[in-house]
Amino acid sequence: MEARYGPVQALHGISLTVDDGEIVAVLGANGAGKTTTLRAVSGTVARRGEVVFDGRRLRRSPEAAARLGIAHVPEGRGTFSELTLLENLRLGAYTRGDGLEENLERVYGFFGWMRNRREQPAGTLSGGEQQMLALARALMSRPRLLLLDEPSLGLAPMIVREIFGIVRRLNEEEKLTVLVVEQNATVALESSSRAYVLEAGRVALEGPSDELAKDEAVRRSYLGY
Amino acid sequence: MRLCDGRTSGTSVAELLQQVVIGLSSGAIYALLALALVLIHRATGVVNFAQGEMAMFSAYVAWQLVQWGSPYWVAFGGTLVLSFAGGLLLQRVVMRPVENAPVLTIVIVTLGLLLVFNGLATWLWSGEVRTFPPNRPFPTRTFDIGGVVINVQDLGIIAVTLFLVAGLWAFFRFTKAGLALRAAALYPESSRLVGIRVGWMLGVGWGLAAALGAVSGMFTAAAFPPLEPTMMQAVLIYAFAAAVFGGIDSPLGAVVGGLTLGVLLNLVGTYADDLQDLGFPVDLEGLRLPVAFVFILVLLVARPQGLFGRASARRV
Repeated sequence: MEARYGPVQALHGISLTVDDGEIVAVLGANGAGKTTTLRAVSGTVARRGEVVFDGRRLRRSPEAAARLGIAHVPEGRGTFSELTLLENLRLGAYTRGDGLEENLERVYGFFGWMRNRREQPAGTLSGGEQQMLALARALMSRPRLLLLDEPSLGLAPMIVREIFGIVRRLNEEEKLTVLVVEQNATVALESSSRAYVLEAGRVALEGPSDELAKDEAVRRSYLGY
Repeated sequence: MRLCDGRTSGTSVAELLQQVVIGLSSGAIYALLALALVLIHRATGVVNFAQGEMAMFSAYVAWQLVQWGSPYWVAFGGTLVLSFAGGLLLQRVVMRPVENAPVLTIVIVTLGLLLVFNGLATWLWSGEVRTFPPNRPFPTRTFDIGGVVINVQDLGIIAVTLFLVAGLWAFFRFTKAGLALRAAALYPESSRLVGIRVGWMLGVGWGLAAALGAVSGMFTAAAFPPLEPTMMQAVLIYAFAAAVFGGIDSPLGAVVGGLTLGVLLNLVGTYADDLQDLGFPVDLEGLRLPVAFVFILVLLVARPQGLFGRASARRV
């Protein structure tokens, strides 16, 4: 798969797979193509090559991807900030016909604090709360594949752990399949089963996360010890 | 063109109330068109200069339906549906190709549409002055509440407008489609990611705006006859004033702005002579448009974001 923004090519041919029920991490420095990888999958950037989901070739349309069950939590969380928390959740379920109440209950099960703050404008939530809301919004669509873009960005370490904890729980309890892009390699490798390391738009390394965590080069470049 | 009825005698308080009701009725007409402008501005960030001519065209469509034998309110409903479809089609066919063009380009396109609709109406209906008799929307009766004489038509226009505004509010607030429309207008990127077809939502926004405009046009033809191709031009200016007054992106502001402006202009017209008697140097009767502009100017100096607008702070 290749992707470009106008004349700038961001991905120079990468190939990755995510199996059902897996958490796969994509690591890399700024500008390595992590965000572009997710955008290429959901179809929010011009791409060459193909994205196969469930045996079907996807056309380049974020709306269509969402309808097929790909929930993309974009860089910057994509909060509908002037709308209320509940409206954000309702929008998450836009592609689903019914079962809104039941779906809300399920999401409140993971994020209990949301129940009593549903009328609050989403833009007034803290950064960590907005990240959780983005996750909850994605869950409302009952996704088959969750694309998470740097959930740790700008958040305190404790909140980062909490968010990844919830992602792991979702993976275990609901068999949610996740492709997560992270700069915080430590927490990403802890939470995932496999990982890819991108460098300048190419896959530099790939393998099981616990092995990558021990890899000398990865440790030096991304884990800092 | 005269956009208000004449004065009636009576006690001063009763007369004032009477003029307020008349003002609210013309204000409702401005409010509907202002609401149409706000809907499109919210969704696309563009002011649709053709909104008034589209409304005029819709009024002619209604007239044609009545001419073909349709009862007034059936023609009214039919025109709403046709206008909605027409607005949606316009967005998909004419506006979509320039969606990502610079704002100035889009403005020029809407100005072009203004000319197209004006020309089309003149060509199709030969620009002749038309009226809606005998089936006007409301009975031409008046009734009297403690000396305040109220026209059934004025009351009808106010009631239909408030009903439409309330319906629109409920639609945006409580329905899934309404929520998706709001989301698509404010956050197109995020909306796509949750599966909303943003392009179509913009089309629906144009359709709704065209339908609201149609009501404004049909009421203008009824309240300020005759029906003629230029009839919405002043109304459009007032609607702009109302929309800006309310803070261009606020539907509530547009309605409050329209009603306020309607009352203010009518009172200016009514009491122009008295003002002159009191020594005011000019006769304001003929100066409605300038009064509307002074009104906006004063408000914008005091409150640049409009009455209901949100101040946007920008760090530099």
